[in-house]
Amino acid sequence: MTREEVIAGLAEILEEVAGVDPADVSEEKSFTEELDVDSLSMVEVVVAAEEKFGVKIPDDEVQNLRTVGDAADFVLKNL
Amino acid sequence: MLLEGKRVLVTGVLTEQSIAFSVAKIAQEQGAKVVLTGFGRMSLVERIAKRLPMEAPVIELDVTNAEQLAGLAGHVRSYVDGLDGVVHSIGFAPQSALGGNFLDSSWEDVATAVHVSTYSYKALAMATLPLMEKGGSIVGLTFDATIAWPVYDWMGVAKAGLESTSRYLARYLGGRGIRSNLVSAGPLRTMAAKSIPGFEKFEENWVERAPLGWALSDTEPAAKAVVALLSDWFPATTGEIVHVDGGYHAVGA
Repeated sequence: MTREEVIAGLAEILEEVAGVDPADVSEEKSFTEELDVDSLSMVEVVVAAEEKFGVKIPDDEVQNLRTVGDAADFVLKNL
Repeated sequence: MLLEGKRVLVTGVLTEQSIAFSVAKIAQEQGAKVVLTGFGRMSLVERIAKRLPMEAPVIELDVTNAEQLAGLAGHVRSYVDGLDGVVHSIGFAPQSALGGNFLDSSWEDVATAVHVSTYSYKALAMATLPLMEKGGSIVGLTFDATIAWPVYDWMGVAKAGLESTSRYLARYLGGRGIRSNLVSAGPLRTMAAKSIPGFEKFEENWVERAPLGWALSDTEPAAKAVVALLSDWFPATTGEIVHVDGGYHAVGA
């Protein structure tokens, strides 16, 4: 899976879970401040990402995933 | 198996860290058929329900909604023909009623906390009573309400009310052979805990002081106690509070 595919996948999840416009999703955007994803939505984004990419994102790791790019890095490293 | 053939309704599953998730998982492992209720983010609850050993059906339930409570028994009946156990793992207080705002919280916010966290125990019991027979067990979750904690504030008052509500349910449902008990767990890093500003104040000395120690991320000990209370192995126990806190409540400094 390429980096672009992961980011497109994250954009799909963000739209489905938190109503984020896929056009707003890019590498450097932060989930909470810029994309306005609240903490409970973020939990669901993580759960949905685990299912979509077949990875396990530990609870302690979630706080390090500030931006879409951070999440893509984590997914690609743990595929 | 502890719950062979039993039918159990579990409220309060939100994430895999939820105490209720662990209860549902262990109940299934012990032979129970589990039905869940969810609130708020139903799509999240449904995703999490798929992560149980056996996917469980999820019914939407806002415990402050009289209509949903009235319809609950009917919805449950579409999955199981009755209930042997009900688990109440529900609590909420507005931010203004937590985190050190005790002296300035409004009645409206306190009323919300008591409605969702205290009265709902009785409301859930009544909503499911038509499905329960002699031997039925209702179990709720409290956080030791005999003393005043930092930051827990009106949630602590609501839990004190919950502890009393459980004793009254024991009194009023005893004649039907139905038990009501609570598990008083130590602090656990659930979504509910994360939403309490200053929650880490509980954590600091709990781990050190509890004679058995305390694992802040392990919901299994509390869940096992809930499952035990649902089982037939506490047949003459009702109105009780079982502490699952590493022994913290029993010791001084």
